[in-house]
Amino acid sequence: MSLRSLNLPVIDFVGKRKIALIFSAVLLIVSIASLGLQGLKFGIDFTGGTLIELGYEKTADLESIRSKLAAAEYDGANVQYFGSDTEVLIQLEPQATSSAKLSSSIIRMLGEGIDVRRVEFVGPKVGEELTNDGGLALLYALIGILIYVAFRFEYRFALGSIAAIVHDVIITLGVFSILQIEFDLTVLAAILAVIGYSLNDTIVVFDRIRENFLATRHIEPEPIVNEALNQTLSRTLMTSLTTLLVLFALFYLGGEVINSFAGALIIGVIIGTYSSIYVASSMILALGISKEDMLPSEKEKKEIDARP
Amino acid sequence: MNHYAAWKNTLIVLFLFILGLYALPNLYGSDLAIQISGSGNYEVNKRDLDKINDALSDNKVDFKSVSLEDKNILVRFNDSQSQLSSKVLLKDSLTRNYVIALNLAPSIPQWLSGLGGKAMSLGLDLRGGVHFLLEVDMKAVTTMAVDRYYNELRAALRKDKLYKKIRKDDGLLIVSFKSEELKNEAKKVIKKDLPDLVIAEGSEQELELGLEISASAQSAAKLGALKQNITTLRNRVNELGVAEPIIQQQGTERIVVQLPGVQDTARAKEILGAVATIEFRMVDEKNDVQTAIQSGKTPSGSKIYKFKDGRPLLLKTNVITTGENIVDASSSMDENNQPSVSIVLDSSGGRSMLDTTKEFLGYRMAVVFIENQVETVMEDGVAFKKRSKTQDIINAATIQGTFSNRFQITGLDSAREATNLALLLRAGSLSAPVEIIEERTIGPSLGADNIQKGLISVLVGFALVLIFMAWRYRVFGLVANLALTLNLVTIISILSLIQATLTLPGIAGIVLTVGMAVDANVLIFERIKEEMRTSKNIQKAISSGYEKALLTIADANITTLIASIVLFSFGTGPIKGFAVTLTIGIITSMFTAIIVSRAIINLIYGGKKVEELAI
Repeated sequence: MSLRSLNLPVIDFVGKRKIALIFSAVLLIVSIASLGLQGLKFGIDFTGGTLIELGYEKTADLESIRSKLAAAEYDGANVQYFGSDTEVLIQLEPQATSSAKLSSSIIRMLGEGIDVRRVEFVGPKVGEELTNDGGLALLYALIGILIYVAFRFEYRFALGSIAAIVHDVIITLGVFSILQIEFDLTVLAAILAVIGYSLNDTIVVFDRIRENFLATRHIEPEPIVNEALNQTLSRTLMTSLTTLLVLFALFYLGGEVINSFAGALIIGVIIGTYSSIYVASSMILALGISKEDMLPSEKEKKEIDARP
Repeated sequence: MNHYAAWKNTLIVLFLFILGLYALPNLYGSDLAIQISGSGNYEVNKRDLDKINDALSDNKVDFKSVSLEDKNILVRFNDSQSQLSSKVLLKDSLTRNYVIALNLAPSIPQWLSGLGGKAMSLGLDLRGGVHFLLEVDMKAVTTMAVDRYYNELRAALRKDKLYKKIRKDDGLLIVSFKSEELKNEAKKVIKKDLPDLVIAEGSEQELELGLEISASAQSAAKLGALKQNITTLRNRVNELGVAEPIIQQQGTERIVVQLPGVQDTARAKEILGAVATIEFRMVDEKNDVQTAIQSGKTPSGSKIYKFKDGRPLLLKTNVITTGENIVDASSSMDENNQPSVSIVLDSSGGRSMLDTTKEFLGYRMAVVFIENQVETVMEDGVAFKKRSKTQDIINAATIQGTFSNRFQITGLDSAREATNLALLLRAGSLSAPVEIIEERTIGPSLGADNIQKGLISVLVGFALVLIFMAWRYRVFGLVANLALTLNLVTIISILSLIQATLTLPGIAGIVLTVGMAVDANVLIFERIKEEMRTSKNIQKAISSGYEKALLTIADANITTLIASIVLFSFGTGPIKGFAVTLTIGIITSMFTAIIVSRAIINLIYGGKKVEELAI
């Protein structure tokens, strides 16, 4: 049996929260700096434009495609291999006249017998709307969660979980910005899933903290929080591991389209696991959680007593 | 302790059995098929079925079966060769009352489909196809409405000569009067006869009145235009021959068109977005067009039009008839091997054509091709809509004899143009121009790739989790694995039952649920382990492990549920597909991971004297 059978915390998470704080601060500063300086590399879902994925029989000649596009005066064309050297991805910025017909004329121009694997055209107005809708979705998800956690636990827990979420989202976005991985709608979906995941982890820890506060006569919050973290540690790691297992399967086998989606989730799950251990609990300790906060308030107590 | 009542176990088994049954259709593959359905209001019936059966048998086509299902006739084939050749055959032998499209038909056994069993419907990213988002030009709708009310207003006020002048001014109709009495009289008439026109705020002056279309009438006009466009688009899609198309209103001014399996997207784009019609006008033979151009004065009652090559011609402003009056059109080659369109007019169009050709025998009549276009143009970083209208004379020929409702027009550039024009005339015109503002096309090869890759990643991810759980939690791990498998079955079953569309992000959602669904079991098992450290009573450890973990699981899942519901309601396209499976997965995982796993654990350990738990 492990040491934990003696009910002794094995790892002093709470004691090391200063180091974690510095670590998080560094990650956040780097992320925010990158987001501020070079921003995200938005895909056509948000910027608008045209994307064409073509399949060639033999290795595709990128130079000839580029020169054909340049000759036809298409501005800002980005031509690259996609997955393998028989597949080509052409991305075009919004042109002076944006229309869905653009892709048809490009495909016709490049010649016969090419397998058209994917065409996406997003009008400039649609891109703008998707950006707004995405931002709104993020905001509403946060508000909904805040209300639920505040209602089920206490406002300090709600703030703690939101801090953890914001932490995770900023760092995940930061990684996308630093590596300049394309940010499209599916990545946005992944970020929202990260919120759900990170929260899931945080709530499990919070639940245990509350339970321990109610079950013990100790008043000091630090050991109680630390004990809860240790008790939930194996579950936190197990769940992260199983989730990561399937995510890596998606990342390596799911194909190019799902690649950045899985990547975003992998980063998010790792950061989310870390934040549920260090960030969320440090936050509630910093906000001064205590045993009294867990008990029903005096007023509520009277109300309960007054019931027949 | 740790015993479920028999009724509870029975209920669980029954529930799982039903869910398993409805997940079953997904195991059967699908047949290559041709789908024949009636176009417009026509519904295919038993007689059509026999006709098709005979046509195929007579031509010795190798087909599997013919059946009438759900207002469609499905012909199933063994190979794509006979599928494609039969399409040509059927197209020739059936009239245009039918929509003939290539399709994949699920080969679910009779008894299962009889129970309502259906396979999951696959999204365009998995089966290949086109997704268009079209925006109706509502500015044009408003302009048309203003024009209409302008005419009505004039007609209403003309009777008693109430107005001095009416002019259009930026969506307003400004009426001026000779006297105050006439103005008040006009107000009464408008209130009675044209309740949709209201006096614009602050526009009333001594002898002037500004009228605008009421908000309700405006939105009714917009809705009407949207509905009419949807009808027209549906007709056009039917003409293209697409199986299971989706044409839906989205919001107040947009239309989603999804065409599964369409290969020629360029043609689909041409046809869907086209606002084209034709008009028949007499040539003004009395005046010379060159003089009109040089003097800059067009004779009244005439207007200058141009041929496609730029040659000008004077045409009368009076229209004989338009595309609105066309009931049928088909393309063919005329005797000189030129592409032509044969036209059939309705009775009123036929009558005016007859009158005209009688009166103007020996004169020239012109066919004008009119196309409205709307495009989004970027200028200084601001997007705005650019509207353009092209009017070309495609043909001006001398009337050789009288005719009424059946005739041919020529002068088209190519057979393709003739086919497209005939199609557009048949399907009816759009009531307002539309613009494609979003397109997502997935080629059939990528669709097949996506299915394969999605399937492999689900299977591999799933297998990894199974191995890991069995290694870590032994017997309990196996129970969790069984629960997880049942969860997967349940998700598929519910997706099939509600016929939600499965997309690639949807598969990602399932994969993620697989990873997260074990969480509930992990929580429970870790708790049981903990309980065992403090108490020697194993039965009690199991039961309190489940109980104590329950609240945590509920809290954690509800918060995730909130996030995924928000995703569902605000997300579009890929986000929605992901949210659907995630939401379903969270709910079903609660059932399988808590209730089902408990039932199994109870069956294994419940009520027995257990020395040690394999956990």
